Amino acid sequence: MKFCWFHLMPYTKLPDDFREKYPSVWVDIPRSLFDPALANQMYNDFMDELEFADQVGFDAICVNEHHSNGYGLMPSPNLIAASLARRTTNAAICVMGNSLALYNPPTRVAEEMAMIDCISGGRLIAGFPVGTPWDTSYCYGQNPSQLRARYREAHDLVVQAWTREETFAFNGRYNQQRYVNIWPQPVQKPRPPIWIPGGGSVETWQWCAEMDYVYAYLSYFGYQMGRETMRGFWGEMDKLGKDRNPYRAAFLQFVGVAETKEEAMKRYKEPAEYFFLRCLHVDPKYASPPGYVTEATMRAKMASMAQAAAGGARPQAGFAPLTFEEMVEKGYVIIGSPDEVAEKLREVATELNVGHLMLLLQFGNMGKDVTNENSRLFAEKVAPQLKGLFDDKWEDRWWPKPLARQDRAVPAAPFQHPLASGGLRAAE
Amino acid sequence: MSEVFETYVEVNGLPCRVWEKGEGRKLFYLPGVTGLPRWTPFLDKLAETRRVVAPSLPGYPGAEGHDLLDSHLDWIVAALDLLAAAGADGGEPIDLVGASIGGSFAAEIAAICPALVRRLVLIAPFGLYDADAPPADIWAQRPGAAPAVLCRDSATFNAFTAPPDGADPGEWSIIMTRAAEATARVLWPLGDTRLIRRLHRIAADTLVVWGDEDKVLAPSYAEHFGHEITARAAVALIPGAGHLADLDSPELAAQFVAGFVNQG
Repeated sequence: MKFCWFHLMPYTKLPDDFREKYPSVWVDIPRSLFDPALANQMYNDFMDELEFADQVGFDAICVNEHHSNGYGLMPSPNLIAASLARRTTNAAICVMGNSLALYNPPTRVAEEMAMIDCISGGRLIAGFPVGTPWDTSYCYGQNPSQLRARYREAHDLVVQAWTREETFAFNGRYNQQRYVNIWPQPVQKPRPPIWIPGGGSVETWQWCAEMDYVYAYLSYFGYQMGRETMRGFWGEMDKLGKDRNPYRAAFLQFVGVAETKEEAMKRYKEPAEYFFLRCLHVDPKYASPPGYVTEATMRAKMASMAQAAAGGARPQAGFAPLTFEEMVEKGYVIIGSPDEVAEKLREVATELNVGHLMLLLQFGNMGKDVTNENSRLFAEKVAPQLKGLFDDKWEDRWWPKPLARQDRAVPAAPFQHPLASGGLRAAE
Repeated sequence: MSEVFETYVEVNGLPCRVWEKGEGRKLFYLPGVTGLPRWTPFLDKLAETRRVVAPSLPGYPGAEGHDLLDSHLDWIVAALDLLAAAGADGGEPIDLVGASIGGSFAAEIAAICPALVRRLVLIAPFGLYDADAPPADIWAQRPGAAPAVLCRDSATFNAFTAPPDGADPGEWSIIMTRAAEATARVLWPLGDTRLIRRLHRIAADTLVVWGDEDKVLAPSYAEHFGHEITARAAVALIPGAGHLADLDSPELAAQFVAGFVNQG
């Protein structure tokens, strides 16, 4: 079992009446709501929280990419990852990830990730999402009808850039480069592990199986809603003759731990409501750029809806405003004492057969103290109860292979030169 | 020929549907953002005096292969191949009508092959971008809102795009999504195909037709096109019509078009 501490970096000061007053947290969220001075605090708090997660022993710390988004302040996860590479020592650094079709040339991604892998001594997990419609087609203007083909080609180019021995020319449908020869190259050989965050499309599952990549299902709606998707994923693995190694999969879950359930319910109510009611308030007009969803996926969705209707079940409705109690009941957020959370997560991991738990222990407007306490309790009282789950039977072949600890660089502590106290600074 | 006659031609080795109706000299029609899910009263009206030929570009109803086309050049060549296969083979100059995205292709063809086109009708064509009046984002509409952006009455649009008798509704929704994707593939994100660089090459007599209630491309674009086209160009506004003006006002639109292409 691996515990991956995931940060979305939500802007924590959206106004109380955000939902009523503004149409969308994403794409055209008003610039006037962004206060850079507050963001100075937020970024530093968020990075403190990620570093704290490393210190209390989480297996990985994770960052991701969003654009023009009030709940995701990381247009460039690589910037954060580079800083984490210096300020952490143990945890894998999971960049979850770079939306490959957005980079021109895509070798930029190969270069930056190689830099992170070098700086961190080989701790990088390379995540390659197609990217959401909001980030890719609306915010970055990428053609939804070409997005997936561009993504696949960019993937091929990046992997070749990491693994081929000589300088090569790449003559793709969308990318032409005469000289592909990235300096630096990743520490990990032949390349860092690749994880693919995705929705529930059969094509993505098949591709992950074919390429031997981790499939990461990053839903905000918890284990109950995720059950069907993960069942579909494992069904497809069976069909393709792949083993049921739980480390083929990663799954995202919100978690709030306190000493007692009662205390936890009190503590996490506001941040959960902030996230689900304010941060997920997205204007439906941005939902479906034509071509983003493949025809095969459309057909599969129609079939599963028809099946659900025939079975008397109602097709799953989209997100509707819920109370905190409902969020907990529906499993969007797992809330409780350490024992309760451990028991629930054991059930989730076993039932969904997921070896990599991506944990959102900061969510909504949760402050640094509460977040770090959540992380500490999890690390000290929840994780030990689950440690070793799956490991008797399965090997995690998708985990970074860093340099031996004694061979890794140790960043110097911030150093104040004795002669640097005067000079220009003295006048400030 | 009183019924619509259907044939298939090939573009890039894939089938593309061609609908024809009427007698006389051929009049080619390239439809708007949904392609041609069904025959329309506007085309019926034109078919009274002409043999109307309506080929489907790749990705639109009855035609495959939009995903083979990447650059704008790919699309223009596909449109030229399609017209040639449907009878615009360079023998004699053609009369060409295009609406919305079909209008932008009609303009491209007339600009790139000036000798191919005798009379050109552009009904609210895409292709230009005015910063003061940017085209509406037809791909960012709340559920159910797009029809009223494209047509004066949502009901007109909904009837036009409804599944034909006997069609499987699920498969039909995929066909209509594919048409929307084909349009997005050409026009995403702003609808600016840089057509402005080529309009001066048009040699055909041109009629620019615009619905004066077009919510996608403001009627000010009519003047812009009229100004950029240095050949003889006239502008006609259709009162009360929206972006798909030939759907909204078939009688008046057909009257304008027939009057123009049949004169002289």
